[in-house]
Amino acid sequence: MAYAAGVDVGSTQTKAVIIDEQEEIVGRSLIPTGANVVLAAENAYQAALTAGRIPEEEVRFVIGTGYGRYRVEFGDTQITEILCHARGAAQMFPETETVLDMGGQDTKAIRIAPGGDVLDFCMNDKCAAGTGRFLQSAAAALGLELDELGPKALQGTKPVNISTTCTVFAESEVLSWMAKGKRIEDILLGVHRSIGSRSFALLRRVGIEGEITFTGGVTRNEAMVSVMNEVLGKELNVSEESHYMGALGAAVFAMDRIRAGQAPALQGGEVQ
Amino acid sequence: MDTQTLESPLVGRGARDGGRLFREWFDRLNATAASGDKAAYVFVMGSLSELITTFDIPTVFPEINALQTAVRRVSDDYINLAEDHGFSPDVCGYVKADYALQLKGGEHPMGTIPKPSIAVLTNACNTYLKWAEIWERMYDTPTYTIDIPGTRGLPDGKPEPPEDFERDWRYVENQIRELIPALEEVSGKAFDIDRLREVLAATNDMGRSWRRLLELNQSTPAVFDAMTDGTIFLGVANALRGTQEGADYFRDLVEEMEYKAANGIGSILNGEEKYRLAFVGVPCYPIFKRFYHLFADWGGAFVTSTYTWFASGGFYLDFEYDLERPIESLAEGLLLGVRGAMDAMLFHDKMLIDAIDRFDLDGVVYHPVKSCRTVSTGLADSRRMVLENRDVLCLFLESDMMDKRVVSEAQMKNRIDAFFEGLDSRKRRLAGVGDVAAGSGRNASGE
Repeated sequence: MAYAAGVDVGSTQTKAVIIDEQEEIVGRSLIPTGANVVLAAENAYQAALTAGRIPEEEVRFVIGTGYGRYRVEFGDTQITEILCHARGAAQMFPETETVLDMGGQDTKAIRIAPGGDVLDFCMNDKCAAGTGRFLQSAAAALGLELDELGPKALQGTKPVNISTTCTVFAESEVLSWMAKGKRIEDILLGVHRSIGSRSFALLRRVGIEGEITFTGGVTRNEAMVSVMNEVLGKELNVSEESHYMGALGAAVFAMDRIRAGQAPALQGGEVQ
Repeated sequence: MDTQTLESPLVGRGARDGGRLFREWFDRLNATAASGDKAAYVFVMGSLSELITTFDIPTVFPEINALQTAVRRVSDDYINLAEDHGFSPDVCGYVKADYALQLKGGEHPMGTIPKPSIAVLTNACNTYLKWAEIWERMYDTPTYTIDIPGTRGLPDGKPEPPEDFERDWRYVENQIRELIPALEEVSGKAFDIDRLREVLAATNDMGRSWRRLLELNQSTPAVFDAMTDGTIFLGVANALRGTQEGADYFRDLVEEMEYKAANGIGSILNGEEKYRLAFVGVPCYPIFKRFYHLFADWGGAFVTSTYTWFASGGFYLDFEYDLERPIESLAEGLLLGVRGAMDAMLFHDKMLIDAIDRFDLDGVVYHPVKSCRTVSTGLADSRRMVLENRDVLCLFLESDMMDKRVVSEAQMKNRIDAFFEGLDSRKRRLAGVGDVAAGSGRNASGE
């Protein structure tokens, strides 16, 4: 049996996925990235191997993706997470035409062709407003755990208006709403809506077509899913595996390479 | 042959000579500053260099001075000094670099820049007007702003009627005639219309070469990189506009590029052209060389650039001065050149679509910059228009032409890599080679 692996080293979390020849996920793992990116990649990969009880020598191709893709030292090549999220989304939801990926420090809107080819993409620039980091900031200001944000926001009834476009200033804006006596639930719903509105603008830049698949770590936040459904006026494709989508896409690309009997071509830019 | 490996003294001559001419031009400015002689401050879009050169007044281009500080990696020194004096981070980086340069007594990496004895500008960019007011306040510089009527295209796409065009150029002509006595006063020389004819003839010569140069990049591989080489060419085109030296340089350059086209020599050093691209906007000067490599290492060649349109003084347009009626024709040229520059910044969607067809492009790279909204406005609309009309990929990269605080190389590289992976994947699909995406680069050990 030949297996293929994808390791997605994100700014916050590192994900690894191993697939078999039928392109079924047979092993996965998710760990915090931390300061040592090389170790995070290695640990996530080993954890996925262990979870799937797969001998390492049977994994014939490994592709690194995410911001730390060049630090996947055991990998055979790298592909950006933009292509990998697109491919992963198309793998899991074949009718996908638009992908919204919301990660720790960036949000991407991607238009894809059938099969996952990227037609166009846009990302937030220079600022983490509208990303998972925005939620982390709000959680820190309110003294909450990240997992508590979604359920609390869903209890909001009168969302406040979070006007700031800066993650750092958002924290002070959240505190100022607290000082005005607003309910935490309403503040949190406002925070989620603010992110939703920025993501919607990003999606409009690539054009919102067909089925939309939501990927990335923030998909685990049910309030964010609910807000995006409301903003877009349709149900987004979300699955339990949505936060593994980049790693899954990388693994599917790796399986392509195995099938093509292809050695990785060395090209592209220098490691920065 | 795809690389610059064919040995010939012609290959690379334009870059060498361009660098030398540019240094010599700055040397002349240093000498002017040292002697305290007069200098005219002008801008790239609508410089009126021909008229000023007629009076033998050296021209200073503050935009070129500013971008040189970024290329030479000292722009932050200048920007920080201007911001210490109250300029906002959102103000044009070129303005701030020039303001700081004035505070530093003209100190510049290329020497000393003389102070302005006169400033001549147009309304091609709103910032020009406020910029020149700084010199007025600092030095009491006499400032002449030529008001240029914008494009008057009709809704049905037809050009304006000839009588409207004549009204417009006559309006510009009257302003030029008002400027002439001021230049006589500053230079102490009487206006010589035959000297103007000579200068205009040199510009005509240079313009013909410029158009031929741009056309030569239709060859595959492209013979020069429109973003990096193009910037050197633009520098010479602006600094030596209306001089025989400049006209000769461009004639030689055409000879070099014709040789390269005939021998299949491309623009990518030690590499092969794989993707033909258009560049929209101003380059990222704080990381100029690395910015080029982020594309060239993937085989991406900039075949054309809106920069070579809007910053060339209208050279890309099919216009030549009529030497029988020099002042009237200068007015027509200024009107068309400035309109062309504004259109190339603000209404370039149709021009890009045309370029995609003529240059057989695979993609368009948009580079909106934080500190110049004039050149960055409407790029998202242009991108949408291009994508709706042509089957190419577009990349949107946001950074700056001066301020390295807003240049994030890691983010930039991520987007550029994804863009080329997309281009590669698309080429493979179109060629029926399957949907395997390209490896995006070297592995972690850099092998």
